[in-house]
Amino acid sequence: MLGKTANGLFWMSRYLERAENTARLIETGQRIALTRLGDADEEWSSVLQSAGALSAFQASNEDLSKDTAINWLLRNRDNPSSILSCIETARQNARLVRTAITGEVWEAINATYMNARTALARKVSERDLPEVLRTIRQNTALVRGMTHGTMLRNEIYDFIRIGTFLERADNTARILDVKYYVLLPSASAVGTSLDNVQWESILRSVSARGGFRMEYGAGAGTQEIAHFLILDKRMPRSLAFCVGKLKDNLRYLNNSGSRPTPSQAQVNKLESYYLSHDIAAIFDYGLHEYIQKMLEMLSRLALQIEQDFRFYE
Amino acid sequence: MNQTPVFDEMWGSDDTLRQPYASFHDWFRDESAAHLRAKQRDAEELFRLTGITFNVYGKAEAEERLIPFDIIPRIISGTEWHRLSRGIDQRVRAINAFLHDIYHKQEIIKAGRIPEEMISQNDAFLPHMIGVEPPGGVYTHIVGIDLVRTGPNDFYVLEDNARTPSGVSYMLENRETMLQMFPELFSQNRVQPVETYPANLRRSLAACAPPAGSGDPVVAVLTPGIYNSAYFEHAFLADQMGVELVEGHDLRVVDGRVAMRTTRGYKPIDVLYRRVDDDFLDPLNFNPESALGVPGIMDVYRAGGITITNAPGTGIADDKAIYSYMPEIVEFYTGERPLLQNVQTWRCSEPEALAYVLDNLEDLVVKEVHGSGGYGMLIGPTATKKDLSAFRRKLKARPANYIAQPTLSLSTVPIFSRAGLTPRHVDLRPFVLVSPGEIKITPGGLTRVALKKGSLVVNSSQGGGTKDTWVLED
Repeated sequence: MLGKTANGLFWMSRYLERAENTARLIETGQRIALTRLGDADEEWSSVLQSAGALSAFQASNEDLSKDTAINWLLRNRDNPSSILSCIETARQNARLVRTAITGEVWEAINATYMNARTALARKVSERDLPEVLRTIRQNTALVRGMTHGTMLRNEIYDFIRIGTFLERADNTARILDVKYYVLLPSASAVGTSLDNVQWESILRSVSARGGFRMEYGAGAGTQEIAHFLILDKRMPRSLAFCVGKLKDNLRYLNNSGSRPTPSQAQVNKLESYYLSHDIAAIFDYGLHEYIQKMLEMLSRLALQIEQDFRFYE
Repeated sequence: MNQTPVFDEMWGSDDTLRQPYASFHDWFRDESAAHLRAKQRDAEELFRLTGITFNVYGKAEAEERLIPFDIIPRIISGTEWHRLSRGIDQRVRAINAFLHDIYHKQEIIKAGRIPEEMISQNDAFLPHMIGVEPPGGVYTHIVGIDLVRTGPNDFYVLEDNARTPSGVSYMLENRETMLQMFPELFSQNRVQPVETYPANLRRSLAACAPPAGSGDPVVAVLTPGIYNSAYFEHAFLADQMGVELVEGHDLRVVDGRVAMRTTRGYKPIDVLYRRVDDDFLDPLNFNPESALGVPGIMDVYRAGGITITNAPGTGIADDKAIYSYMPEIVEFYTGERPLLQNVQTWRCSEPEALAYVLDNLEDLVVKEVHGSGGYGMLIGPTATKKDLSAFRRKLKARPANYIAQPTLSLSTVPIFSRAGLTPRHVDLRPFVLVSPGEIKITPGGLTRVALKKGSLVVNSSQGGGTKDTWVLED
């Protein structure tokens, strides 16, 4: 496969994943705002931060409000991580790698793009927001389904998976980075409604409320949430799950056998140093420092993959 | 020139239904207009979803447009096609022989059939190719001959696209769309298949592997990139052939071969189907500004390390000034009378011709010698006084830059419009594959149709559309 193609596949899937994550973040923010359980402006600021869009938003000189935050995240073209920008970039990459993906995957991506362009052509009213976000999530889910159902399990698929799980790990880590303080034992007056709202918003932003309730019941607290999002290998958006998938896919790509590629060595180290302890050890290390370290390691891994597989030269 | 009635391929010149359309007409009579309109919309939706779009030069980069597709097929009988394809075969043989000759012994000049300066002074003549033997002896692996029709048996060649003819993806997707929209039509009519084109293309390219190649030839398609107007087609062909789609920056010369950068290092390419013009192919040998090509590829080519298709320098064969010599060229190399007619052409470089053209400008079509895509041409009968006088000035300033031809009365084929079936002018571009010892012509080709009433300009960049083209089995 061409290095350029691997690059295109990697970014195509990263941007699709990012679009979906941003949609989920907006849903969470809107939910908190509507239930009036938290400080809404504060919540939008942390949504922007989780989406990696706060500093660019501030540079745009817009006042922070529900409307401006939602518009920035949904459809502002100056925001490269807005849903519209993400979907356009994903589709541009899909055009670049058109020969590597199946017709079904291409058509699903192209339909996602056409629907997003229509839905996001104008400012989205509050009334239409749920429907628009649903459409986007259904569309990206269709792409994932088509990828799963029609693509050969070869290196093309591996690069798609690597892009997806790097983006997802990054997203989960950023949500934790923004909200880590509500998970600290010292800060929690357990059982207050504020904490419940904050925990809820974390779980919602990774689509994991139901799963968490099922596994941990109603009495669970901060340690359990942190464990669930970081170490639980059954939870498809946890750091451990995503890093496990990265490790698998990098191994599939290494057909030379024994000697690990540099990116493989990195991901192995990431797993054994940072994901093989229990949650108490992580709290001892310092949750914030831990998450910062994780974000740094993930971005270094992305650069190493770029080099190992000759994305650019 | 417009006194004779226009020949309509469905209704002839006298409103009698022509035989190839008989079965189609029965079907059409029983269809409701509303149903067909819905089908026309479905077809557009399908094109948009599949992403069969082109980028218009001069428009915003992100602007992708659909080429309008008309659901009424253009139907050619097997007998008509057989005659036509013999003429195409002859023409393509002559073009390849001509190219070999002018880059080697130049017998045709020595025989006095073409003036020496037509070659040596021609921008499309590539001195780098002198004495070069292309692998398998093939220059034009892919040719698209533009034909127009003026009567039941009168076909004219308008242009020989011997560099990088485009449009074949539309031929294939138009058929695909029709098969999905109107399967019953294909049960009722025995339409010769076009679907084998990508497989034939790959086979034909692989058959021209260079001396340096070994094993199953590695084929790749070279595109200028995602913003090129024909990017969709480049990706489509690479996908259909199951080969890599590469850009200049994916390639470099490694150990005397042109190799592509893969995730596992550099891998040599045997046959490069390039969709990049000669001038941009190699910044070391041609345009030094080019970022689309591969530095040094010409040296590898000359050393037998790679096959470039079509070969560099083939532009001399479809140059509009050379076009006027095609009847001589066909006769000289095949020893046969040309089966396809040329359109009468005035070379404005010749003073007498120029005088004639200036006097009769309002009846003529004037084209730039090196132009393509319908850009920079004048259609006398529909031009304004201002256009005419502007063109007169251009002609006087650079006469050698132009040729002129009579305005042909192009045939029409019905399109589906609000008013039902309405005649519109068409042309035809059959696609030809050349490999050592074999010339393969896909039955049919791309029919382009001028959607505006009375218009003779069929180019997609100028608002033309396309149709599925059927060749029936007799």
